Amino acid sequence: MQKRFDGGPEIKRWLAGAMVFIVLAFVGSSADPYFISLMTIVLLFTFLGQSWNLMLGIGGQLSIGHALFVGLGAYSVGVLYVKYGISPWIGLFLGMIIAGSVGAALAWLSFRFEVRGIYFALLTIAAAEFARIMFSGWEFVGAMQGLFFPAPTGAIEFSMLRGGARFYYFVALALAALGIIGTELISRSYLGYVWRAMRDDEPAARALGVRTFRHKILVISVSAAAAAAGGGVLGLVQGSIFPDSIMGMGLSVDVLIGPVVGGLGTTFGPLIGSLAAIPLNHLMSAIGDNLRIPGLNNIAYGIVLILVVWFLPDGIWPAIVRLCKAIQAPSRLWLPHLRKAEE
Amino acid sequence: MTALLEVKNLSRSFGGLVAVKDVNFTLEAGRITALIGPNGAGKTTCFNLVAGSLSPTSGQVFFEGRQIDSTPPEIVCRMGIARTFQIVRPMRDMSVLENAMVGAFSWTKSVMEAKSKAYESLESVGLAGKANARTDQLTLPDRKMLETAKALSTRPKLLLLDEVMAGLRPTEAAGVVRVLQTLAEGGLTILLVEHVMRIVMEVASNVVVLHHGAKIAEGSPAEVVADQKVLDSYLGAGFHA
Ligand SMILES: Nc1ncnc2c1ncn2[C@@H]1O[C@H](COP(=O)(O)OP(=O)(O)OP(=O)(O)O)[C@@H](O)[C@H]1O
Ligand SMILES: [Mg+2]
Repeated sequence: MQKRFDGGPEIKRWLAGAMVFIVLAFVGSSADPYFISLMTIVLLFTFLGQSWNLMLGIGGQLSIGHALFVGLGAYSVGVLYVKYGISPWIGLFLGMIIAGSVGAALAWLSFRFEVRGIYFALLTIAAAEFARIMFSGWEFVGAMQGLFFPAPTGAIEFSMLRGGARFYYFVALALAALGIIGTELISRSYLGYVWRAMRDDEPAARALGVRTFRHKILVISVSAAAAAAGGGVLGLVQGSIFPDSIMGMGLSVDVLIGPVVGGLGTTFGPLIGSLAAIPLNHLMSAIGDNLRIPGLNNIAYGIVLILVVWFLPDGIWPAIVRLCKAIQAPSRLWLPHLRKAEE
Repeated sequence: MTALLEVKNLSRSFGGLVAVKDVNFTLEAGRITALIGPNGAGKTTCFNLVAGSLSPTSGQVFFEGRQIDSTPPEIVCRMGIARTFQIVRPMRDMSVLENAMVGAFSWTKSVMEAKSKAYESLESVGLAGKANARTDQLTLPDRKMLETAKALSTRPKLLLLDEVMAGLRPTEAAGVVRVLQTLAEGGLTILLVEHVMRIVMEVASNVVVLHHGAKIAEGSPAEVVADQKVLDSYLGAGFHA
């Protein structure tokens, strides 16, 4: 687990964060449609990465089956809207409640029977695969044929969360901003402290009165609900929902690439990681199509992951923070004995 | 006399090994008791049994009249028993201050309140100046003091200290001894595992001696060091109080 490197003067951090989002807002109002839709996916996976990061980076609980929660969110929105014409807002809300409850139940069962750590992670994969297979055979939710949202008319309908590509870009941007603010607020509240204590040393945290059983359930439930919100919007953006893509192992991996590449347990890691990884994936898959090398994107993905884990094991974001600090105080970089003396 | 903690016929075995054997003692409120004995005598196991980290094979533990053995450690802590770990367990990726804050969240949800309690705890063990350090920048004796500060932040009624003064220089140990005495005067009850007899003699009003898991002696420090069984099994023939 990595240290949170995004320390630094309070106001500077909020300002820097605000700047990033202002720039991203400008991107949304000017750039071309392909770029917009790519960035929409980047921002959605930033948010999904944040949900995953909250659970592992702060709560210390590893999930490799986050597609379960993403899928539950997408299907809640999809079924209510496509089958009954009910607003996706309600679908999002319902999806969060369902995913939060499923996450809590999974955690309760698991920890009740002392299944923890990597075994809990395996259980999350099993649960996600179980759900995927169940949804694949469930006619009511479209089975393998999936669910299709009606094609967007281009008109923005806020109450139905419907609009064009640019509209969804701003929805995704708002989600990512909410994710960053939410992570910061939780991290600074008592929950952040007890969750990090539980992450670093569970028996020691318990000896200090942290009721880890309920806190593990809580962090997993919150993470699951957030992932479902992201999943609901992802379904709307893609215009269709298929069990194999929205609940598959591939999606679970896509969710965790951002925070792993960007920096585990950091607030900005998922954004930086998604910005780096997703465009690369798309670029490589385009090049692969041109050169008729299918799967080139997966190979490139794999190589970049290995390089990052090898050279920047903390992720990209902590490396950037370290570099900035080194530039601000060059003596620390060149004269290590001074650094010792200061400490 | 009021017994805050009462240990009755407490036993615990690991497979064939009996680590704690039919041990009885009581702790009076506001006093410092020392638990001593050679390596492997069962002192840490006793702590684990009282703090809920281990369940006894037989026997009971009562705290304020309520039976607490086999109660989960977080609940025992919330009842008012805090413990340190002999093998220190700092939260690695949290600062010294943040480590000391965790225990305060057992009685408050306010981050401000937890912070000020944490400073107070660090202050009392002499670590306030290192509040913003990382735990891996601390020396081992400092890490043991951090264990003590973490425990103090829970606002305990009973504090279990497992060799927290190991490695301290005599002057530093004397400082900690004064802190413990002040805390005890303020009403805190302390059970202390300590190998340095000079410290035991100075702070403890009562001493319990374990050997091979069994209690072989109990009494005032002066009584205990004069006990032939204690001299034979632990202190050695050359010991002079
Ligand atoms: N979890 C465990 N599993 C197996 N044996 C254990 C366990 N914990 C302690 N023991 C054994 O129980 C005996 C008592 O150990 P304990 O740690 O309580 O001794 P101690 O008095 O604290 O010794 P020290 O002064 O070295 O800290 C030892 O023989 C130890 O090996
Ligand atoms: Mg011990």
